[in-house]
Amino acid sequence: MLDDFFIRALVAGIGIAMVAGPLGCFVIWRRMAYFGDTMAHSALLGVALSLLFELNLMLSVFIVAAVVSLLLLFLQKRGALSTDALLGILSHSALSIGLVIVAFMTWVRIDLIGFLFGDILAVSRGDIDIIWGGGILVIFALVYLWRPLLAATVNPELAEAEGLQPERVRLFFMLLMALVIAIAMKIVGILLITSLLIIPAATARRFAASPEIMAVLASLIGALAVAGGLFGSLHWDTPSGPSIVVAALALFVLSLLPVGRGLRASESLRGGQN
Amino acid sequence: MLNFRPQEKTTLVRLSNAGVRRNGRWLVRGVDFSISRGEIVTLIGPNGSGKSTTAKTAIGVVKPDEGSVERMAGLKVGYVPQKLSVDWTLPLTVERLMTLTGALKAREIEEALAATGMLHMAKAEVQHLSGGEFQRALLARAIARKPDLLVLDEPVQGVDFSGEIALYELIKQIRNRTGCGILLISHDLHIVMAETDTVVCLNGHVCCRGTPQAVSQSPEYLKLFGRRAAGALAVYSHHHDHTHLPDGRVLHADGSIAESCFPGDGHHHHDGAENVHDHDPDCGCGHHARLHGFGPSEKRDA
Repeated sequence: MLDDFFIRALVAGIGIAMVAGPLGCFVIWRRMAYFGDTMAHSALLGVALSLLFELNLMLSVFIVAAVVSLLLLFLQKRGALSTDALLGILSHSALSIGLVIVAFMTWVRIDLIGFLFGDILAVSRGDIDIIWGGGILVIFALVYLWRPLLAATVNPELAEAEGLQPERVRLFFMLLMALVIAIAMKIVGILLITSLLIIPAATARRFAASPEIMAVLASLIGALAVAGGLFGSLHWDTPSGPSIVVAALALFVLSLLPVGRGLRASESLRGGQN
Repeated sequence: MLNFRPQEKTTLVRLSNAGVRRNGRWLVRGVDFSISRGEIVTLIGPNGSGKSTTAKTAIGVVKPDEGSVERMAGLKVGYVPQKLSVDWTLPLTVERLMTLTGALKAREIEEALAATGMLHMAKAEVQHLSGGEFQRALLARAIARKPDLLVLDEPVQGVDFSGEIALYELIKQIRNRTGCGILLISHDLHIVMAETDTVVCLNGHVCCRGTPQAVSQSPEYLKLFGRRAAGALAVYSHHHDHTHLPDGRVLHADGSIAESCFPGDGHHHHDGAENVHDHDPDCGCGHHARLHGFGPSEKRDA
């Protein structure tokens, strides 16, 4: 069954969506959308370095994304500039340094569009193993870190006062983000990773009564978007990565319709009364 | 009913000459106090006087830059921070808030919510609560984990006067029932919770400390606040013998100026009821002081 390129794309995409859902919830709860974008942009520097030093692509992207996030933590502690400005500097510098390095390497030709927008239809069986293997690892780590991560999201000082370690958890969270970006880059591309993190999670918010439900819903909505986007891309012969994002957006717009809102309002009303 | 265990007097936290420095400035310095099981300590002081910093130092969220903080081994803290806003993107019901930092049995959640009168709101989203309801939910969350030390940073903010009295009554009940120590931060400089054992007034350092007088003993206050308040509130009348100049230096009553207030400078608490020197009307502590003698209720650790 996995011999078919379309089925492989579907399995790989759904694997990514499963991890992106809960992680994306934390990205929006912690207001880290721009941060995720910065890590994704830095992936191009990872691509350049992997070509330069003949490293494994995913490993190289993971290391660069992790280093950029640690650099941000360090600069934030120094507190000279706002996080927004720091992210702007890191994001575009990493992207540009990557492009400049690639330009110097006249002996390689890279498919830049492929890295920016993904090439899900070229997914191999080995990629699927990595996506599902890494994905399961990330899910287990999230389950293990869930309580301290959520508590630190609500209030880091509260979490610390009551014996959790918000700083350590934050570091782990950034490493997980870097891992997911390294895995997902090939599927939806650098520019579209953040949308796969954020749009399904934002869609799930309207229907979720607890953080856990929201995380699971975000995974399911993401998987639905992947399936819808891929079928659409096959049917209308559109680029697959952007089609997935368009499908996710369509689901988000659907969730804004008054039907969904009415459901939620009556639910919270009932909740308030009993 | 009081059901304190034999270790009633166990010291939970002791701060010795603790100070916190940020960006070359001392936020608070020379803080000495301790909290034992069953004891209520109230921190008062104007905005920016280091009350929250002191509380955070006591529970280990902020590390002291000088002095020391000793905590009982395995101290379990219940914390209600001064500011807590839950982003609207996070779906969180009161019930789910209860198990934020640790798992609880359904019975424990129910008891804590019932104790704070929030049981009927268990399924409500925290973003929909009023200020007073949210404070009660946070208090319920903090007590549900049965802490040794309860730290409440301005728990009566955004709560009206009768709500304030009810909250103080609730805090008293919690102390009496569980025997935990309580560190309370109050924005009010003169009216504190009646059950307070020690009031510590901060303004970058310990300005003074003492025990409050119950409102019920003072006919004027009784008239002002009414009978119901009399059981819950107390008056802490105090004065300071120095003023803080705008640049942070200290002007003593005798006219001398010092760079900062050091513990053991000898200018606090040294003069009893006979203190007759003028007090600057705009005392840096943000209140008009009234002369009233008091002795330090706690012995300084050498």
